[in-house]
Formats: sequence, structure tokens, C-alpha cells
Amino acid sequence: MAPPATTKPLRALVALAVIMLGLIAWAFWPGTDSTVRLGLDLQGGTQVILLPKPVTEGATITDEQLQQTVTIIRQRVDGLGVAEAEVTTQGSGAGAAIVVSVPGASQDRLVDLVQKTALLDFRPVYTISNPAPEAEASPSASASAAPSGSSGASPAASPAASASPSASPAPSASASASPSVSSSAVVGTTEHPQSAENSAEFQSQVATLDCTNPESYSGGTPDDPALWLGTCDQTGAVKYTLEPAFIKGTNVTGASAVLPQGGVGWVVSLEFDGEGAQALGDASTKLSALPDCGQGASPCNAFAIVLDGVVTSAPRFNEPILGGQAQIEGNFTAQEANDLANILKYGALPVTLEAVDITSVSPTVGSEQLRAGLLAGLLGLVLVMIYLIVYYRALGIVAMVSLILAAVISYLVFVVMSKSIGLTLTLAGVAGAIVAIGITADSFIVYFERIRDEIREGRTLRQACASGWIRARRTLLAADFVSLLAAVVLYLLSVGSVRGFAFVLGLTTVIDVLVAFWFTHPIVVLLGRAGWMQRGSRWTGLDPDRLGAPSVAGTIARQGRRREPKEEPQS
Amino acid sequence: MSKISGLGHRLYTGQMSIDFIGRRKTWYIVSAVILLVSVGALFTRGLNLGIEFRGGADFAIPSASCSIEQARVVAEEGSGAQSIVTETGNGTIRVQTEALTPAESSVLAGDLASACGVAKDEIKVQVVGPTWGAEISKKALQGLVVFLLLVTIFLSIYFEWRMAVAALVALAHDLVITIGIYALTGLEVTPATVIGILTILGFSLYDTVVVFDKVRENTRGITGQSMLTYSDAANLAVNQTLVRSINTSVVALLPVVSIIVIGAGLLGAGTLLDLAVALAVGMAAGAYSSIFIATPFLAQLKNAQPEIKSLAARVAARRSQAARQSVTGEPASSAAASGRQQPKRPPRSRRAKS
Repeated sequence: MAPPATTKPLRALVALAVIMLGLIAWAFWPGTDSTVRLGLDLQGGTQVILLPKPVTEGATITDEQLQQTVTIIRQRVDGLGVAEAEVTTQGSGAGAAIVVSVPGASQDRLVDLVQKTALLDFRPVYTISNPAPEAEASPSASASAAPSGSSGASPAASPAASASPSASPAPSASASASPSVSSSAVVGTTEHPQSAENSAEFQSQVATLDCTNPESYSGGTPDDPALWLGTCDQTGAVKYTLEPAFIKGTNVTGASAVLPQGGVGWVVSLEFDGEGAQALGDASTKLSALPDCGQGASPCNAFAIVLDGVVTSAPRFNEPILGGQAQIEGNFTAQEANDLANILKYGALPVTLEAVDITSVSPTVGSEQLRAGLLAGLLGLVLVMIYLIVYYRALGIVAMVSLILAAVISYLVFVVMSKSIGLTLTLAGVAGAIVAIGITADSFIVYFERIRDEIREGRTLRQACASGWIRARRTLLAADFVSLLAAVVLYLLSVGSVRGFAFVLGLTTVIDVLVAFWFTHPIVVLLGRAGWMQRGSRWTGLDPDRLGAPSVAGTIARQGRRREPKEEPQS
Repeated sequence: MSKISGLGHRLYTGQMSIDFIGRRKTWYIVSAVILLVSVGALFTRGLNLGIEFRGGADFAIPSASCSIEQARVVAEEGSGAQSIVTETGNGTIRVQTEALTPAESSVLAGDLASACGVAKDEIKVQVVGPTWGAEISKKALQGLVVFLLLVTIFLSIYFEWRMAVAALVALAHDLVITIGIYALTGLEVTPATVIGILTILGFSLYDTVVVFDKVRENTRGITGQSMLTYSDAANLAVNQTLVRSINTSVVALLPVVSIIVIGAGLLGAGTLLDLAVALAVGMAAGAYSSIFIATPFLAQLKNAQPEIKSLAARVAARRSQAARQSVTGEPASSAAASGRQQPKRPPRSRRAKS
């Protein structure tokens, strides 16, 4: 069977032209974005790689939980208001990683945001106390750390401590004025104690907790909602003893920052599901009857919003809240209210996350890397072309055009994939493309050398182009298959930059095969039919005399090959 | 260039032949020495793992106006531990510290920025937890194993199991040498290096597949005659594909070398450079091994096959007979006609049995 590409080279060329026109139309369709999306290492930004871990030891993470986590993080990151923020998963199951990429955002905000993607619960405050460690369990809370009343309207809770402006300067003052002067002598702990009972042992553990140590209030350790908890607020200003949770984060159905008409500042409006509303009603009825927190009052009337084991906010119940809707007041700025609403809304993740790799690149460095990458690619391309043309003459020009074509097709595919599946080109991807120049050119070399072999065996140019292709084709497909296999395995089993590289390498391998089959080979066949090539000028690169293919040598060579079918071995 | 074309011709017809297979002991010794040095370096010096594998924080300060010493003082005060401070060539100062929390790294980035007179945003910061490296290594290893399994199956089907084994031996050879170079030079091993090493898998095999394809073509139906041993035919194949191997290697290396040149000149250390260095070493080793290791090893494996063994014996008998004839003045016409298969080298009979 003569392959169609040999007999009908024009058909292959037309097919390729149609594909290219299709790609061009898709890539540059008016009204759509026609650029290759660049990775953060090329345009600047921050990338955080997170490894999800199951909440309970030994459990496995389902794909569903992973997707849920991604959705929650995505909403959260979108809450930053940055365009083109991206949250993706890489891999699946136990080895999966979540990659959060935010162009241009400063590192601190993103990391904060991502690190707060943790367990959320609502706990009644049993008592609040001085942040410094104490020798014995004495709830010596200072008055200043207590909630300051706000003009709590209707079913509203007003925040204590952290959210209230009058509270924040106070605790430090009270700490120094606190009766427990011996506090500095006590070695504080940073672990948040948990206990099933409000036992004496638990109380003394809480007492030695040192909330002035940053490790105590940086969070990251999810708490067990069913147990008592001794912890700190997120600035280290107040220490809390908290009862078991009455609402879990999953009971929160909505939260938003609102600026009420005629209100003093921003408030956070909360909605709960049926279970949550019930629990809130019960808890608020019970708690609102209790005294204000502070002055040793325990239990008292505030509840704590606990995120990752640290108190984010501790509002006070002004009155029973029965409708399943609540507002948290306290002179919030718009940003504070938004952040709190985001935490409440998206706080409860089905998994815990560890930020294992945080990279931030400035836009200047990014564009420098891109420029260097492109420059290296261009230099590599030019060097390869020069080599091919010097060595293969006319065939070298065919190879050069083929390479340019492969580069153009690659670019078009990048644009189309940026659009359709959100491919982003990273520095590793650029490196993959540069390396692919060599692989693509290798295919042409294998083909051209085969043609030369055939001419050395005394075949005419025309025969050589066809029979050389049949032999080269097998080799090419086998060799490219190995490359593709490597790329696919790398892509499926790797994380981070390796994936970007593998994807580009695999893609360009396919493009290489496409170009070799539908461009290089048809063009060579057409050239083989041209008179000036057949006359064997030294510029063709296939000059029989120079290749040393006098009839004698060819005959000898053919003798050695009599064993195999002369034309078209089965492939 | 036409000289090389002529060379290609002489290699193709066998007018000129390099005895790759017969002198395999030489190549094996060369490789064994390199491999020993590589493994030795790996065990004595170890690899210089980047922060992705150790965990730590990395700050790159572009166009820094501070000295390395100043940066070190700031970094060690900020991190409370010893820091590695280097200059990467284009005025960028690189500071590496122990693992920091995001908050600590942000503070240190600020300190470094003010000490070195750049905006904080300009500093490239990377903070990696110690578990990440283990994760990357695990994935890379998984990928390696899966790839090797699949490629062994493919090569066994496409060629035969002996060729698959020979190709994998050459591949292992390339990988060990590349890793050894990293141990010897103390170049930092980063995820980009791992990418480079994994890419060598594909490259090394690409070369080997091209050579083996020719070997298979030359040895098809070889047991049906008694003029050529398997080693002769395989050696001819290596010679015939030599120009091709050189050209593909040169062309594959050119872009990689331009990455190294541009990477070192413009960027200093980074993804591109790490990747390219691993690739360059691996590709060079891959070109060497597909010619000097893979095919000789394949010939050895094949020579253990009974039918190939008896072929070698038949050829040896025929040649000694031809030699006797030529001594008596009779031209050994049939053997001389296939002159390309009889390169100038010491008498074959001595080696044919090995």
C-alpha cells in the first residue's frame, strides 16, 4: 500500500492549511482575548501550593472534598477582587495539591487568606482573662478587655475585644497593671489546651497559656468542636476559656458585609441553616441572660468565632436571636467587615491545608524571565536553522520552514488552549518549548538521513524520498511515542512546574509529528519531482556524487540488503 | 560540510568503520570509571539540595545596592539562624534562610528591601515547607517507575525484550552520570533539575530507538546467511546511524546551550539554567550511551542466543576458510565483495567467540 501522503502530497498540505486556518480563526476570533496566558513566574504574582490533609488522622480525602475545598478557596480568593486569580488542583486523592495563583497580589494578603481557610466554629465564652501566663488558674480578666457596648440595635451582637476599637489599646495597659505581676516569671505554653470537662487541670493549662507569644495566636491548629478550648484572640491581646461549640461553620449559609442605613459603621450580616438557627436561638436565649464578660464573670454573655483554634471575633449577645439571622456590629472598616464575612461564609473547609510552597515574583522579574526565555528560544532556533541549512542545503530550508511552522502552530495552540482550557505558560513551559526545537529538528534529520541512505543505495531522488519516508516514518513514530509517553507520565504524576514543562513537551511532540507528516514529507516529495533537484545540484543537499553514491557502491550496498523487501516494508 | 557528507557515505558503505562493538571493553571501562566517580561523589559529597527539598525561604533581591555582608547581617538577624547569601551575577543578591513562617518571611523581605534600597515588591520570595520536597521527590520517583514500566513494555513489543533491556541499561547509565555530575560540581538540585533529569528519559531513549531501528533492519533474517555475525550487522548499523546520531545530538543540544548562555548571562541562577544544565549533561551522556553502551550491550545479549551463537560459529568457519584461500593466492571473491562488512581491524576469528 502506497501511503496517500506519498502519492498525493497536495492533499496533506491542504489538510494542514485547513487546520491552521481553523486554529487562526479560533485564536484570533474578534472580540476574544488572543494572547497566551502567562504564568505567575512570567507576569509577576504570588503562588501558593497547598497540601490538603484530612481533618481526622488516618482518613482519606475524597475528590468531592477536594473540589469543595477548591470552590471555597476560589470564592475566598475572588473576594480579594483580583482579576484572573486561579485555584486549581493537581493530581488526585491522597497526593493531590491545590495551587492558588494570584497575579500582582502582595504576598501577605494572599497567604493570610489562604491560611485562614480552616475550621470554623462558634463557642460560648466561659471566661476571658489576661493574655500572659499565670501561675494558677484565676480568671483575673481586666475590665478593659471586656466588650465595650455599642449602640446595639435590634437583634444584634456587638463584638467584644478584637473588633472593638476601645478594647484593643486596653489589654496591654491592663496587662501591665494586672495583679498577676508574677506572670513574667511563669514559663508560658503555646499549645491550646482542650478538655472534655472544665476541670481544674484544664483551668491550670489555660492559665499557663501565653497569649503574648505569637505562636499562640498565629493559628493553624484546628480545634475539636466537642471539647472545651483555651485559646487566644488573633492579636494576642486576650485569653479565652471557651465552652464546646454550639454552631459549626457548616451551619453558616451566608455572610456579608453591610453598611446599614443610618448606621455608624460596617456590620457583618449572618444567615444560618435550620440547625444553626435553632442552636443560635437556644444559645442566645441562654447567653444573653448572663453578665457581660470581664470582671471574672463566668460564664458570660459573649460567644467566640473560632477559626483554626484562634478567636477571630467575640461578639456579645444583646438579646435572644430567634430568626436564624444575626448581625455583628462593631466599628468595622469595610475591609475588616469583608474579611470577617468571608471567613464566616467560607470558613469551614472539609480538610486542613498546609501551605508548602509560597513563591512571589515581581512583575519586573517576571517580564525579565519571559524576555530571557524568548531570547534563548530565538537563539536556539536560529542556531538550529543555521546548522540544518549548512548541512542539508535545500532540505535544510525545508526543515527551517517546517520548524517555523511548528513554532507558529505551537503558538496558535497555546492561544487556543489559554482560551478554552485556561492553559498558562510558565517559565518551565517556555523551557519545554525551547527543548522541543531540538526534538522537532531531530525528526527532520532522521528523515533526511534516510533519504540520503536510499540515494547511497542507488535509488533515484524520487524513489528515495518515498522509500526513505516509509522507513523514517516507523522510527519517527516510535521515537516520538517514547517522548510523548515520558511527557504524559510526567504530566499525570507530577505537581508544580514539572507539569507545565511536561504539557508543553507533549504538545510539541504531537505538533512535530503533524508537521513531519503533513508538511515536511509532502514538500520533500514535491521537491523530489522538481527538475533542478533531480539533476542533483550540490545545493540540493542530496547530490549523489557528494553522498558518494556511484552505481558501484550502491550495488554493493543493495547486495547487503537483499534480505529485506526492497520497497515498502510492512509498517 | 561536504567532508562530513563523504564521511557519512564511507560510514554507510562500510569503507570506513569504527568498531564500536568489538572494542566494547574499552567503552565499558570508560563508562565504568565515570559511573564509579559519579556514585562515589554521590555517596561522599551528596547532592546540594535546593530549598524546595530542604524547606526554607529564598529571597532574590534584584539590583541590590547592599553588599553580601550587609545582606547576611540583616538576614541572620531576621531569621535568627545562619543564612546563605550569594550574588548571582547580574547584580542580584540571593539570600537563603531556614524555613520561616509567611509572616516572618514578609518581615525579613521588608528588612532586606530597606537595607538594599529596593522596593519590597521587587524581591522574589519563595517559602517552602519541609514536606514539599518529599512530595516532589515521591512524585518524581513514581513518574520514573511508571514511565520505565510502560517504556519497557513498549520497547519489548516494538523491538524485543533484549533491546528493551539494553535501552534501559543505557538510560540508567545516563541518569547516574547526570546525577553524579550534580554531586561532583555541587550544583543546586531544584525541581527544575528534576524536570531536566526526567526529560533525559525521553531523549536518551529517542537516540537509542533510532539506532536500534537500524540494527533491527540490518539484522532482519540474519540467521539465514553466514557472511555476517550479529555483531557485524549491529556495528554496521551504529556506523550507518553515526552521522544521524551526531546531528540529532548537536541539534538537540544547540537550544539547550542557548538556554545556558542566556540563562547565565541574563538571569543568573533560576529555573531555566537548572533545567538546561541537567539536560545538557544528560543529552551528551545519552548520545554517548546509545552508541557506545546500548548497542554493544545488545550484541552481547544477542550473542547468548543459541541461533546467533551458531551463526557466529558459521561465520568464523567461513572466514578462516577464506583466509586460507587468500594465503594460497586464490581471491576470496564472495567475502571481498561485501567489503563494507570487513572493516580494517584485527582478525575476526579471535573475537568471534567472545
